[in-house]
Amino acid sequence: MSNSIIEFDQVVAGYTPSVTILNGTTLDARAGEITLLIGPNGAGKSTVLKTLFGMLVPRSGEVRFEGRRVNGKSQRELLAQGMAYVPQGRNLFASLSVLHNLELGGITLPRAERGPRMDEVLARFPRLLERIDNQASTLSGGEQKQLEIGRALLLRPRVLLIDEPSIGLSPRLVQEVMALLRQLADQGVTVLMVEQNVRTALKYSDRALVLEMGRLALDRPPAHLLDDPNLNRLFLGGHVPDPERLDAPMQER
Amino acid sequence: MTRTRLFMLAVALIAFGVLPFFLKSYGLYLLTLFCVYLMATYGLNLTVGYAGQMSLGHAAFFGIGAYHAAILLKLGWPFLLVLAIAAVACFIVGLALGFPALRVQHHYLAFATLGFNVLVFLMMRNEQTITGGTFGISAIPRPSLLGYSLDGAIPFFYFTYASTLTLVALLWWLLRSPWGRAFAALRDNPIRAESLGINITAYTLLAFAIGAACAGVGGVYFAALVGFIEPAPFHFSWSMTMLLAVIVGGSGRFFGPVLGTVIIVLLPEWLRGAQNWYLAVFGFLVVALMVWLPGGLSSIPDRFARKAAK
Repeated sequence: MSNSIIEFDQVVAGYTPSVTILNGTTLDARAGEITLLIGPNGAGKSTVLKTLFGMLVPRSGEVRFEGRRVNGKSQRELLAQGMAYVPQGRNLFASLSVLHNLELGGITLPRAERGPRMDEVLARFPRLLERIDNQASTLSGGEQKQLEIGRALLLRPRVLLIDEPSIGLSPRLVQEVMALLRQLADQGVTVLMVEQNVRTALKYSDRALVLEMGRLALDRPPAHLLDDPNLNRLFLGGHVPDPERLDAPMQER
Repeated sequence: MTRTRLFMLAVALIAFGVLPFFLKSYGLYLLTLFCVYLMATYGLNLTVGYAGQMSLGHAAFFGIGAYHAAILLKLGWPFLLVLAIAAVACFIVGLALGFPALRVQHHYLAFATLGFNVLVFLMMRNEQTITGGTFGISAIPRPSLLGYSLDGAIPFFYFTYASTLTLVALLWWLLRSPWGRAFAALRDNPIRAESLGINITAYTLLAFAIGAACAGVGGVYFAALVGFIEPAPFHFSWSMTMLLAVIVGGSGRFFGPVLGTVIIVLLPEWLRGAQNWYLAVFGFLVVALMVWLPGGLSSIPDRFARKAAK
């Protein structure tokens, strides 16, 4: 596809030599869109993000970022190329203040650039500015997620990888985080998101990719999946029929 | 730091500074020794408390610094040059040890550093032509500064005190720089730190090597203070004692080493009255402290604050 910014081509990857999680995964994410990765536990959603961000080296296949092969590149190199990653769970350094957590996001930047970038991020998140000297562990769940995303935005990434941003957040805060990601995508940032809170995430996404057993099983516009009566089954697990036979709505099995 | 804390700190520093006028020579010696060990324990606090790397080889770096001082000062080299050489040597040895050793963590790293300490101790004891072996090196001269002799106990105390404050101020600056935050990030969560682009290997090595250099600097002052060195003060049991100072004081807390060093340098003196029971009493106090105050002595204010908040 012409505007694919991220491409996986027959990628095989795993955490131990005997077990592979991605089994010839082929998928792509388009520039300026929110691409949602969904699927049952163990389908390889988070593994896609980790492989893309250099935390896992593919055993075979090719991972491309803006058309360039990035297999085995370090996280530092990928950050420098314009990719940022917000992992699953709590990612703040609890003993440090909001300011210092944010500052760490720009540790690879020249000192002169760090200040203006931090002002830019804090202008986007006024709540963080109010609590700038507080210890990160004292922030609410929503504020912590804002700080994590803000920290990732400090490098002005072109691609943001985000793993389960809604974990531990109230429904209202989930909406806020999703709206923020939508806003970023509208400003040109490509978002590749893994999310278990599928119904909410689909409303804000441009595209949904369903993974099953480390392979792409479905590639649909979110509206199609939202209307699909089998969405819960897709998300919670169970067999997903061959995508080629899925032009028609899915049949209940 | 709030204005009240700053004021309290200034009062404490001035009070410490006037103490020599109320002490006899042995008390003054202990006060200077306290400053010397403080340099080493501050370095260890950086390595263990801030960067989260276990080290049981700190006394070896302290010894390397001391032997550099003993040999070079006796050759008539200027003190500041000797100080710089010892610091750089310990920094380089720290890097050389850290590069392979820091690939392992926790108790494996503890044993790797302990092995290094044993090796250095054996070299100090057996390489008689360089180190004097068990006879050690005696008549180590004290430095002079801009033509002013620091032979006297009081001038040497103030010189050591000023040097300790300078080193502590440098560490304060370092820990408040992005480097210091990177060290804390490494300790809190190295995987997340890496995802922000922090070069884990480089920063871990740096924290280890800076800690080693601080110990080396402390060792130089130690040699000049006591005037005679032999391998015993650099045995790995002293690495344990320095680690004890860091943990008892409050690992990863800036003023933790101050309280911890009081415990290792001054408490044994205060317990002299217990005579043969000294070690038993000392051991009991340390165990009790760790049970009731796992965060160390410097966590006491936090503890009171938490109780008050309940």
